[in-house]
Amino acid sequence: MIELIVFLVLLALGYGFGRLSESRHYRSIFQREQALRSIAVVPIKIPPPEYLRHNSTLVSGSVVISVDYFKTVVASLRNIFGGRVGAYESLLDRARREAILRMQEEARELGAETIYNVKYETSRIGENAAKGLGSVEVLAYGTALIACPDSK
Amino acid sequence: MLISNMEVVPGKRITQHLGMVQGSTVRAKHAGRDIMAGFKNIFGGELKGYTELLSESREEAIERLKQQAAALGANAVINVRFSTSSIAAGASEIFVYGTAVTVEDR
Repeated sequence: MIELIVFLVLLALGYGFGRLSESRHYRSIFQREQALRSIAVVPIKIPPPEYLRHNSTLVSGSVVISVDYFKTVVASLRNIFGGRVGAYESLLDRARREAILRMQEEARELGAETIYNVKYETSRIGENAAKGLGSVEVLAYGTALIACPDSK
Repeated sequence: MLISNMEVVPGKRITQHLGMVQGSTVRAKHAGRDIMAGFKNIFGGELKGYTELLSESREEAIERLKQQAAALGANAVINVRFSTSSIAAGASEIFVYGTAVTVEDR
């Protein structure tokens, strides 16, 4: 009986706080994506010739994001019936976009115009890695192209 | 030291390839952070401690990569790739590798 109560309390906490943090995170992602739109992120290997005179440097952004208890339960139910696991989709979407935003922020501090050859790297973190998805780390990296002051 | 993950360096000519260089580090989180992470697995949200830890380890891996490249006499490392693997409970390995080259202005 006590176990059931603990389970329900955790479920409710996960649902409440998880929802809250997700909607807050999405709001901040939308806002910052608008603000950083000027720095183009391109997954092309070799930049076009107009960037031939630019300086280049590696930039990266990473984030570790955790699932909430509610999502873990929903996803394990989903494992029985199969199909789309929406709970994890939104988690990974947030993590990827956040990683890109942090990379763009680093690039902006360097005064870069664009970021070329962007690559993603995703890994599971922590001792929960064996059991299921505990938390994920997403790393985004690429080469920022910075205009030389003397090239103009 | 110029670090880039492109195969070419804009505005520079590659004069010499010096082979592959790498840097890696294995880090574990202290128990307090693991307990905090356990709580976060209930509430959801970003694990700031882990994010910091992993970016610190990545910086260290890059530092080792640079040292190796400098020892070879390179002034740039191109085509850099990152790789992360969780090798044991609570520990992850950060690995970075690339090609050491010498470049000169065109």
